[in-house]
Amino acid sequence: MAVAREDLQTQEIELNMGPQHPSTHGVYRALLTLDGEKVVKVENIVGYLHRGIEKLAEDRTYTQVIPYTDRLDYLAGMLNNLGYVQTVEKLMDIEVPERAEYLRIIMAELSRIASHLIMVASMALDVSGWTAWFPPFRERERILDLFEMTCGSRLTVSYMRIGGVAADIPPGFLSALEAFLDDLPQLIAEVNGLITGNEIFQARCRGVGKIDLETALAYGLTGPNLRACGLPFDLRKARPYGIYDRFEFDIPTLNNGDSYDRFVIRILEMEQSARIIRQAMAGLPDGPVMAKVPRVIKPPKGEVYHQIEGAKGILGFYLVSDGGNKPYRLHIHSPSFVNLGVLPKIAEGGNIQDFVVNLASIDIVLGEVDR
Amino acid sequence: MATLIEELQGLFPGVQGEEGVDMPALVVPADQLLAVMKELKEKRGFNFLTDLTAVDYRDEDRIEMVYHLLAVPEAKELRVKVNLSRRHPEVPSLTAIWPAAEVQEREVYDLMGVIFKGHPNLKRILCPDDFTGHPLRKDFQLNAGEGRE
Repeated sequence: MAVAREDLQTQEIELNMGPQHPSTHGVYRALLTLDGEKVVKVENIVGYLHRGIEKLAEDRTYTQVIPYTDRLDYLAGMLNNLGYVQTVEKLMDIEVPERAEYLRIIMAELSRIASHLIMVASMALDVSGWTAWFPPFRERERILDLFEMTCGSRLTVSYMRIGGVAADIPPGFLSALEAFLDDLPQLIAEVNGLITGNEIFQARCRGVGKIDLETALAYGLTGPNLRACGLPFDLRKARPYGIYDRFEFDIPTLNNGDSYDRFVIRILEMEQSARIIRQAMAGLPDGPVMAKVPRVIKPPKGEVYHQIEGAKGILGFYLVSDGGNKPYRLHIHSPSFVNLGVLPKIAEGGNIQDFVVNLASIDIVLGEVDR
Repeated sequence: MATLIEELQGLFPGVQGEEGVDMPALVVPADQLLAVMKELKEKRGFNFLTDLTAVDYRDEDRIEMVYHLLAVPEAKELRVKVNLSRRHPEVPSLTAIWPAAEVQEREVYDLMGVIFKGHPNLKRILCPDDFTGHPLRKDFQLNAGEGRE
């Protein structure tokens, strides 16, 4: 019988996972130091998708920056739009028309659901649950169709404007949205049946990549990843922006802080987003969707920081204006970039198979990491 | 919030307070940054480093470090700024207080050229290792044809 002997030394090897690897969800490379199957050290290597959006913004007018924000977290373009335009509005003190505020909420929460659906699908796929890839993507198509009928684009939406939104919703939008929301519980039941309750999935994810709350806060973890550690901290409730203070919704939390909880919390959050959308549909007033804003946007000299609850965590924009028609400096605080920083901490000491699960459960998107 | 600034000024004489559009701000000398941040984190409830970045004020010949803190879960916000010389921008690293600073300080080093003393692994993160210059500096040439500084 083979007995593991302590005195038998194995040599450590270095293995590049990525930048072209199906489980890295984009062009990201992890330099793993392995002792057999055990991960000894992880080095994150990012920047393959760095386009210098912050620098480009300094050479564009305030309105021209909006399309660049689509390309941050390209799975939730509406949320990036929202964060940026609210930042400029905060500095200029612009009042947004009621109807636009409600439309923004609907679009933002739809984006959140779309982003969470991708996470759910791809995490299942990463542990070889091939079937489970399809139902979330099937339903996500319907969200993208809704975006397309409103602004003509599915991912790079550029829908929000400083002072409102680009266009009102077309006829047929609300009934299609209603149908989608009606079908969502069925999808969630399907996902729970296929993945969440699956014994193999649970065995792969439970207890893997545990983070305690203190570590999570020290490493700057936000969003669903933080809430899976037991802290009900959500900027939509803690520091409501826009009109989020008008809606009733819960902040789901789970307590284990492992990969399984980080998966389940996304499903719970989708239900809450659907609740918010229903209330926004019920309260949607008539009226204009754009405020009267100057043709040339020139915020007063000054600085402002605005943060919203993005799909992956807290998304912040720091804007410095010198009084001209272009931002003097625009810094984008991306949640994925910071969340990724905790990966070495949780993956070191685990198995290489678990590394894939850990990465999928943190849910990064490289457009936002690299900017 | 005004009382917080006054109390901090009692403890750290070099600190100045500012009323911002969105949140109050502290301007802290670089050598007092670590002590002020420790105080804010451990005794004043600002336990979360929410963002860290830098701005190049070329005309004033200075680089400004900007930190945004958040009190979790009350969600109070505070801005802390440090002025650095543009020629030798050097500031203590916050990695010992918040590990979250590690990747963000690397980003600021990479794009703005600020040196963080005490950072365990200060190297480029978004640009390639052999890249020259710091793109977010105002004198960085965007057009490749014009050559870089």
